[in-house]
Amino acid sequence: MEFLGIGALSWITFIPIIGMILILFVPKENQNAMKWTAAVATFLQLVIAVMIYFNFDRSLTGINTQEGMQLVEKASWIDIRGVPWFGRIHVDYFLGVDGLSVPMVILTALISFIAVFASWNIPKALKGYMAMLLLLDTGMMGVFVSLDFFLFYVFWEVMLLPMYFLIGIWGGPRREYAAIKFFLYTLLGSVLILLAVIALYFSVTAPDPGTGERIYTFNMLAMMNPANYEPGSLLAGAGTYWRHLAYIALFIGFAIKVPIFPFHTWLPDAHVEAPTAISVILAGVLLKMGTYGLLRISYPMFPELAMYYAWPLALVAIINIIYGALCAMAQQDFKKLIAYSSISHMGIVLLGMSAMNTQGMMGAVLQMFNHGTITAMLFLVVGVLYDRAHTRDIDAFGGLAITMPKYTGIMSVAFFAALGLPGLSGFISEMFSFLGAFQTFRTLTIIAAPGIILTAAYMLWTLQRVFLGQPNEKWASLPDINGRELFTLVPLAIVVLVLGIYPSLLLDVMTSSLNHLVEFVKQGSSALAVVR
Amino acid sequence: MLVETTIENNIMVDQVLESLAKFLPETTLTITFCVALLVGIIFRSRPKLSMVIALLGVVLSIVFTIRQMGTVQSIFSDMIAVDPFAIFFKLLVGFCAVVIFLFSLYSSEVQSTVKRLVEYSSLLVAMTLGMYLMAGATSLLMIVLSIELTGLSSYVLAGYVKEAPDSSEAALKYIIYGALSTGLMLYGFSIIFGLTGGAVDIYAINKALSTGSVNPIALIVATLLIIAGIGYKISAVPFHFWTPDVYEGAPVTITAFLSVASKAAGFAILIRFFKVSFIDSSALGLPAGFWSTLQEFEWNKIIAILSVLTMTLGNLVAVWQNNLKRLLAYSSIAHAGYMLMGIVVLSDKGIAAVLIYFVVYLFMNLGAFYVVMLVANKTGSEDIDSYRGLGFRAPFVSVAMVIFFISLAGLPPTAGFIGKLFIFASLLDAKWIWLAFVGAINSVISLYYYVRVVRNIFLRDPEAGAGRIVFTIPQIAIVLLLVVPTLVLGLYYSPIVEFANASVIMIGIR
Repeated sequence: MEFLGIGALSWITFIPIIGMILILFVPKENQNAMKWTAAVATFLQLVIAVMIYFNFDRSLTGINTQEGMQLVEKASWIDIRGVPWFGRIHVDYFLGVDGLSVPMVILTALISFIAVFASWNIPKALKGYMAMLLLLDTGMMGVFVSLDFFLFYVFWEVMLLPMYFLIGIWGGPRREYAAIKFFLYTLLGSVLILLAVIALYFSVTAPDPGTGERIYTFNMLAMMNPANYEPGSLLAGAGTYWRHLAYIALFIGFAIKVPIFPFHTWLPDAHVEAPTAISVILAGVLLKMGTYGLLRISYPMFPELAMYYAWPLALVAIINIIYGALCAMAQQDFKKLIAYSSISHMGIVLLGMSAMNTQGMMGAVLQMFNHGTITAMLFLVVGVLYDRAHTRDIDAFGGLAITMPKYTGIMSVAFFAALGLPGLSGFISEMFSFLGAFQTFRTLTIIAAPGIILTAAYMLWTLQRVFLGQPNEKWASLPDINGRELFTLVPLAIVVLVLGIYPSLLLDVMTSSLNHLVEFVKQGSSALAVVR
Repeated sequence: MLVETTIENNIMVDQVLESLAKFLPETTLTITFCVALLVGIIFRSRPKLSMVIALLGVVLSIVFTIRQMGTVQSIFSDMIAVDPFAIFFKLLVGFCAVVIFLFSLYSSEVQSTVKRLVEYSSLLVAMTLGMYLMAGATSLLMIVLSIELTGLSSYVLAGYVKEAPDSSEAALKYIIYGALSTGLMLYGFSIIFGLTGGAVDIYAINKALSTGSVNPIALIVATLLIIAGIGYKISAVPFHFWTPDVYEGAPVTITAFLSVASKAAGFAILIRFFKVSFIDSSALGLPAGFWSTLQEFEWNKIIAILSVLTMTLGNLVAVWQNNLKRLLAYSSIAHAGYMLMGIVVLSDKGIAAVLIYFVVYLFMNLGAFYVVMLVANKTGSEDIDSYRGLGFRAPFVSVAMVIFFISLAGLPPTAGFIGKLFIFASLLDAKWIWLAFVGAINSVISLYYYVRVVRNIFLRDPEAGAGRIVFTIPQIAIVLLLVVPTLVLGLYYSPIVEFANASVIMIGIR
């Protein structure tokens, strides 16, 4: 898949940047032109994502081999042929997708497209808003398609600044606090990742395709092969002190993004203060980067430690599930409730990942996708209500089902999907995650299971308080959901429904890759155990 | 007898002549200094003329320096080295001086004192000359003389705006601290001189230390005294006390010059003096590019402590600043701390990382100061509060400011990230992991105060009635001159890395 000699992945990553540059040249008065430029850019991105989905070869595994990756683009970016003591520095522009990244690519494209329409009525500085949104889009997409660690890190950090501005300029009353908190937390995670990246860089060599000499590399795939670790280097061997340290540094970096308890405190603030569309992106895509990073980087590069830390991971997963649900139950603020429910739902992803078997892994990645779509819906639903009533206090409402029937209908799809009703997508992924986890950690999974009941409890309780009961006179004149809002919600509802009935549409894409990932981690850890 | 003396004389004359040929950049600056002064006296009515002449003179000296590239030679009987390392710093200082002259041409602060413009220009040239000499100084005498030349010119320049009381205060503080630290350094030098039996140049010191055994306590005392002297120049904690006051009081152009060029020259002396004097050049069994210290004399541990103190204190205090110039002063202290980390590792990679950092730092720090100057020219204030809503009043300059600050905080895709990356890489390569960790935490702290400014620029609304601020084309061109490299070097950094790698070579070892 190429266009003008440039590969599909480059297009899908950089189309938003092109859109951003165009928007910067649009005169200030012409707001419609800005909106439509952003819409077209993200629509093109979505089209490419769908094309990638249909052209994706389901049999290739990916994960650790370049042959298994699809739509690979590799070009030399930085090549410093240095003096002897410096060695050679080589950084590639290396993109590719496999079954782990394709669901995320589709999710990112879909959520970004919807986010543009959810931002249609931004009251101030629209130009800056759309430009930042598109820059953020490029950063997100870049993270999911890059296979060179340097490139990955650049994309990872590119997201920070636009997110800071999007929350800080266009957010709610406590936006400044929320924005800086988000920024500092994620930067702390990032510098830890950076140190781990450098340590990996100085441990791994790969042959130069031209001369065959072994040079240090940022190639992620090379970092997954224990044979590439230079003997005596910092991260060589198995289960060494330094490897533990690097794994933990990476883990904290990713955990902040997920967010895993106790690194989660930035999330409620950021979600509540961010404008609707940005909450949608935060919950829909950004949180997935943490778990994606763990699966793409931590697991295959440190297989023995992934196994070693599987049990603690399951433990924090349970804390996330139960603690998130309990916090959600205590909230008065509609948006904060959804934010805590995100923590709880991401716990299910972690639980699935910790199981180290195919069911768990499939459940985890499917849950990443499903949570992206379902939580996006929930935030949109809250946004619709807030735009009309200008309050998010759950107890202030009541009987909205009478005044806003269409709205209530679409909302209940999101709510029931979130609590894992069979027939909707959330059920399948939760099911798989628990199924996988039960085989590995029986007791822990049993402890976690009540989390589902708690989820049902707070979801239904909220639904009852807001939509059922005596109608509040104050809101009797609220207009029902309009066409644009429906346009943002309905596609997501369709995805939720379709994946609930026929999940194979997405499971097909990831099966071989995730099977391979599980095998790879297990083999890697046992092979390294022998070395030890 | 007579013939022998003549021959000796002839050899000496030949040597001096040959040395003079390699001394062309410095000679150019000396002549420029005189011409700028004379022109100022003759054409009293056109003081800007001498500034233009000074600018041209500096450009010419850069051209001569570029033509020296590749030379590795010691001139004036081991007084000054002309090697890639010195040339690197000369180019850095020269380029910085050119940028400062461009700043000055459009600075209302400097241009408001038209009468003294001649002194301003010629002193700036003298300061540049001092730093050129610092870049190459290899003898203890030359080190002291060059530091004094730089210092004396900068004391005057710091108090240049006589009308402003804090400017005079700055100059006075600067000169007192300067005198004290030079005294300490001289004392250290004299101890070394005695210990090594009369070694004047750093090669002789190295030789004396590697052959004879030296009283270790005396050596440590001398080293600490010398570090105090140079630490003052690079404003390392605890020798930094003058920095915030001087940076706040001096005209922005001079502050910017001090924060980049003066610091660079200080680092040049620090690196050259320690690397050449205390390195065991006969050590075997180390990987290429690593060195070891003479007699296990671990001066690099002293520097490690210094760097931790410097960056942590600089960052923590910067958080509380409300004056942007003061904030940048503390941030420049913190950056000196980052750069000191590169010296700690005792490897060519570390030195190269420092050099890379300096190139990057040049663009981003000068850029930040320039924006401060532009805004102060229009609003008359350097308070962070006066930056409220600047993003909506002057979008272009504000976006540039954000880029400079993000780069100073070390986030990709800006050049500042590349600088930090190479410093951290050299640390991890030498397994200085705790130091890298401290550095990483520090860059998180630093983000907080940089973003505080960004917050005022973009997250707060301007005060009612504050209109748009318009800048002239040359001003915008200067901003672009600094902002484009800050972005481009973040994405394509091969040139600076190659340049820095080639510039690590200095006379004396390997």
